[in-house]
Amino acid sequence: MGGSGQRELEEACLELLRRASTGLPSDVKAGLRRALRSERDPVGRVNLRAILENVEVAEERKVPLCQDTGIPLFYFWMDPSGLNPVRAAARAVRRATQEGLLRPNTVHPLSRRNPGDNLGKELPAVKVLPPRGEGVELAVMLKGAGSENVSRLGMLTPAEGERGLVDFVVGTVREAGGRPCPPVIVGVGVGGTASLSMELAQLSLLRPLPEKHREAPFRRLERELEERINRLGLGPMGLGGRTTCLGVKVEYAHTHTASLPVAVNLLCWAARRFRARLRGGELEWR
Amino acid sequence: MEVKELSLPARRKDVGWLRAGDLLFLTGEVVTARDRAHLRMADLLSRGKELPVDLRDGALYHCGPAVRREGKEWRVLSAGPTTSSRVDPLLPRLLPRLGVRAVIGKGGVGEETKRVMKRMGCVYLAFPGGCGALAARAVKEVRGVHWLDLGQPEAMWVLEVRGLGPLVVAVDPSGRDLYEEVRRRMGA
Repeated sequence: MGGSGQRELEEACLELLRRASTGLPSDVKAGLRRALRSERDPVGRVNLRAILENVEVAEERKVPLCQDTGIPLFYFWMDPSGLNPVRAAARAVRRATQEGLLRPNTVHPLSRRNPGDNLGKELPAVKVLPPRGEGVELAVMLKGAGSENVSRLGMLTPAEGERGLVDFVVGTVREAGGRPCPPVIVGVGVGGTASLSMELAQLSLLRPLPEKHREAPFRRLERELEERINRLGLGPMGLGGRTTCLGVKVEYAHTHTASLPVAVNLLCWAARRFRARLRGGELEWR
Repeated sequence: MEVKELSLPARRKDVGWLRAGDLLFLTGEVVTARDRAHLRMADLLSRGKELPVDLRDGALYHCGPAVRREGKEWRVLSAGPTTSSRVDPLLPRLLPRLGVRAVIGKGGVGEETKRVMKRMGCVYLAFPGGCGALAARAVKEVRGVHWLDLGQPEAMWVLEVRGLGPLVVAVDPSGRDLYEEVRRRMGA
């Protein structure tokens, strides 16, 4: 290990972190612009305009869009061949922190001591998934605490069913109020086990906004949730308006006949997630 | 919606004209604090100790900026607000002792804090969450930093700002609270 492939992987991780710290993917920018066009509430409009201006300022000055650069989550779709994705991600995180692109956020959970490099036990969070296509596909998501802190897991009963599921998700967004920095992207994991449903909720947030679920019942569920959430009136920053979410993404797994786990994981409007393919030493943005 | 400006330090009469829903741009000195700085302030004050900053008639900003050291200077790169509700339980005792005129944050504060703020003529100003680059652009100078042992985000940063905004007056001197009104409309 440590050959040119490993170095390229580290550089690719760093490049994704640079982009994610200082900018937004085009689908999220388009979603925010669309939100401003349909927003009627004066305070909601002020917040959306500030958000769009902030994105421009961050991109122009190459500074973190939001000071909470979160905890970086890495995803790799690759063959577990000679390369070490955890090491590449860790070194990239340390370098990005030194460059001022990531605020040193991680602390020991009890002593609260901050090592200053955004690393620590079990970090960075890396998920390696089976390869998809040629080369290595990788994604990074900067998960801020405002949105992460309002995550919720509901171990519903099968009798509560789809109705109960919808109420649980809408209720989570309502009770979160302005804390997760709406307009949010709502990730929902349905089924599996407690931990699997939360993983699916997180994974669903990687899906671009215009991309709906492949299966009709979940497409309908995503649409219903989005409509109900945007009828709440919570609005940008919880100060009122019609734009509470930019989209809802659902992923599912089969589950135990006695269970209906539902996990909700939100992304703030600063949905800093980027995805690329590393092939032949070249990074192709996706 | 009216657009107003406010300079710090500000007396009680200087904020009397602010109304919930107004848009505000702030100039003067603000001091950042988040979870751990609030705990330390509460602890020091309860033991009769002095704080390293004087917040009387000033603004307490719920924020942990992203900063970079450039030579001898600190440069603030991104400085949006953090969620106020996490430190809310400490505020009813802390705010009167600090004598602050404005709390800047996001998400609002609880009933008891609002009662205390109304009594002392203190307003709550909401800065758009996540807009760290916009806030940093308004920072003209880092006047000082205290308690770096708490970690860079949790330290207390003394910042000189010019035209910090857009801030929405979310709780005004009469106690009117925009967040509460939205919650009531949602039936939450």
